[in-house]
Amino acid sequence: MSLSETLDAPADEIAPAASKPLLSVNQLTRVYGSRIGCADVSFDLWPGEVLAIVGESGSGKTTLLNCISSRMTPTCGTVHYRMRDGASADIYKMAEAERRYLMRTDWGFVHQNPIDGLRMTVSAGANVGERLMAVGNRHYGNIRNTAIEWLSRVEIGEDRVDDQPRTFSGGMRQRLQIARNLVTEPRLVFMDEPTGGLDVSVQARLLDLLRGLVSDLGLAVVVVTHDLAVARLLSDRMIVMKEGRVIEAGLTDRVLDDPRAPYTQLLVSSILQV
Amino acid sequence: MNALTQDTSSQNLASYNFAYLDEQTKRMIRRAILKGIAIPGYQVPFASREMPMPYGWGTGGVQVTAAIIGRDDVLKVIDQGADDTTNAVSIRAFFAKTAGVVTTTATPDATIIQTRHRIPETPLTEGQVLVYQVPIPEPLRFLEPRETETRKMHALEEYGLMHVKLYEDIARNGHIATTYAYPVKVEGRYVMDPSPTPKFDNPKMHRSETLQLFGAGREKRIYAIPPHTEVVSLDFEDHPFEIQHFDQPCAMCGAEQVYLDEVVLDDKGGRMFVCSDTHYCESRRADGHCGALLGDEPGLGAEANTRKEAM
Amino acid sequence: MMNTLLVASEVKKTFIMHMRGGVELPVVANVSFSLKAGACAVLGGPSGVGKSSILKMLYGNYGCDSGQILVSHHGRHVDIASADPRLVLEIRRDTIGYVSQFLRAVPRVSALDVAAEPLMIRGVAQEAAHKRARDLFAELNLPEKLWSLPPATFSGGEQQRVNIARGFITDHPILLLDEPTASLDAANREVVIDLIARKKADGAALLGIFHDHDVRHAVADDVIDVSGFAAGKSAA
Repeated sequence: MSLSETLDAPADEIAPAASKPLLSVNQLTRVYGSRIGCADVSFDLWPGEVLAIVGESGSGKTTLLNCISSRMTPTCGTVHYRMRDGASADIYKMAEAERRYLMRTDWGFVHQNPIDGLRMTVSAGANVGERLMAVGNRHYGNIRNTAIEWLSRVEIGEDRVDDQPRTFSGGMRQRLQIARNLVTEPRLVFMDEPTGGLDVSVQARLLDLLRGLVSDLGLAVVVVTHDLAVARLLSDRMIVMKEGRVIEAGLTDRVLDDPRAPYTQLLVSSILQV
Repeated sequence: MNALTQDTSSQNLASYNFAYLDEQTKRMIRRAILKGIAIPGYQVPFASREMPMPYGWGTGGVQVTAAIIGRDDVLKVIDQGADDTTNAVSIRAFFAKTAGVVTTTATPDATIIQTRHRIPETPLTEGQVLVYQVPIPEPLRFLEPRETETRKMHALEEYGLMHVKLYEDIARNGHIATTYAYPVKVEGRYVMDPSPTPKFDNPKMHRSETLQLFGAGREKRIYAIPPHTEVVSLDFEDHPFEIQHFDQPCAMCGAEQVYLDEVVLDDKGGRMFVCSDTHYCESRRADGHCGALLGDEPGLGAEANTRKEAM
Repeated sequence: MMNTLLVASEVKKTFIMHMRGGVELPVVANVSFSLKAGACAVLGGPSGVGKSSILKMLYGNYGCDSGQILVSHHGRHVDIASADPRLVLEIRRDTIGYVSQFLRAVPRVSALDVAAEPLMIRGVAQEAAHKRARDLFAELNLPEKLWSLPPATFSGGEQQRVNIARGFITDHPILLLDEPTASLDAANREVVIDLIARKKADGAALLGIFHDHDVRHAVADDVIDVSGFAAGKSAA
């Protein structure tokens, strides 16, 4: 008796749940002269899935993030994105206008340093409302109300809506940056060390907030981090990078609990236990 | 005596070309102007020349005027609506000297009007050209300092930032507090900065019969609004664009629905509001119109006039 | 006749410790057994023999070197040993539940939300999920004042009960239990025994590790002796 016959369920092709990938990265390579930024990276990302890219500084994770988020042209390889109409588009073959529109509507980018992702000289409300105005919203009252709503979702009080982010703490700025990105309800958000540079207690709050938003909104996320705890808490899958190449990839808890590659074992064993 | 002076000055000017600029430079500027007219509201880069006056004194406007002026043109120059301020007088004198053209302060008589802030109250007509001196031509500069980025934003029609600026205005002041250099959208395409003109004059740009040319000397940009072009001031649905309203008429000529300047009369808080357009005010008074101040206390009005002369 | 929900076949696991010069640590080999609906199997054998590793491979937390772990998932059978990460996550969501020995507490998330989460990610409304979590907490005698607090500061026994509530809240057809009663007092052990009995009655297949003899005796329908899978033996 074969294994299959032992089970009562009918035999069937092993096929994961329907739906096609939201983002398909294929053999992406970026070189700086003779140095490798990242090389031959391929992966798929499905709707609602969180992928962590981990590695030490200089491992090429930020180069990879920039190449897949259309912020840096790769030397070779392709990045395909499934648009809202279901069609798959090569983001580097799109017209620039279309790509930029995509970036400020269906995508988000959360920078490590909030200053890089915020307009420091306009109010929190305008920071959140900018994307709405960019897509043609022309009703001040509605824009402001939506901004207040999003500020409250990231735990910033309504009374701060007219304050400039330079009066905010680091954690608040990061939360504002997240609200600014999520206001158009993107389907894909890129994050570059979103909790880097924050105090541990502030980090914990932000991670918890992100975790909630990601699951409430069904966001697909590519998050770059050197912090394995962040990867464990936020991501479903992870990619370990070293010297521009993918060393190991898989289910986050499997990579962390049963690491195969020598480098991954080294990384995991280097975590300080509290 | 007069003839002698005339002769000496023409001899002194023998080395200058008509209207100061050489013909090749004029052709270059005319090409930029033509391109600007062909793409209303688009900022055309041009090789701005050094002019015999400092940046900020209207070098852009002067170059545009020099490129289009002919011997038969009649030139009017205003600064803040006035024909008699230093800047206006100097530029008028400059063209009288270098081009020998007739100058005027009367709006209807002028074929070219160079302005720093205002659009004259007297409606302009077909055949006249209005030349603006522009300090900062880039309306997006307020929030985006990178020129490469603002050019891209214009190219891709990404104008969300303009509304961020207006949003900030309302958030801070409860209403759109921008009163001059109020951004407009030209012919449904390019967002344009109408130079430091008060927003009171924005509606006059819309479907104007007159060709409007803008020159920014330091920033090396020329742009244009051809006659009958749609010029719409940006706003929000719930905070529509509005021009300034004055709750009293001009103290000297009694004009309403015109742009007024505040004039301080004494150190006891005395003040009056008078037409910013001096020619318009003078011609109304010549026609017998009389404002509250002149009507009730002609002496005080006369005194104010004298003071102005003395300055 | 009882339905077979999971079949492990010739599963092998070895750790290669690259940090120690690539030394190979054989864990288990030739692991073969099956789990049936409505029954609780218990992994037996001395500690260190690989019981936890087997549970973790079944849950997809550890990879397998070879062999198959076929599980009946959404009416078809799939091999966890070779499934891609998305399929493993889907199996965890809908088919295989897991009660670990320790709770991995997330900062700022209340005990109620921790326990209700597995239901909520399956689309159950928050109100209904919380109600179910409260019922379980009450049954497990978790003091009500703790329910709305994050479990990070709870005692071992309290955290364990939150963990049990989280594991038992869903109706996964297969449930893996890694010493769920380790830090519980006698009264709460009885509650867990009762919970397990109810799962069995509902037709779930359970596989557990219990060091407590009384609990093992009370719940086990079948004992799988892991010593028999010791890696050294199969190699011999």
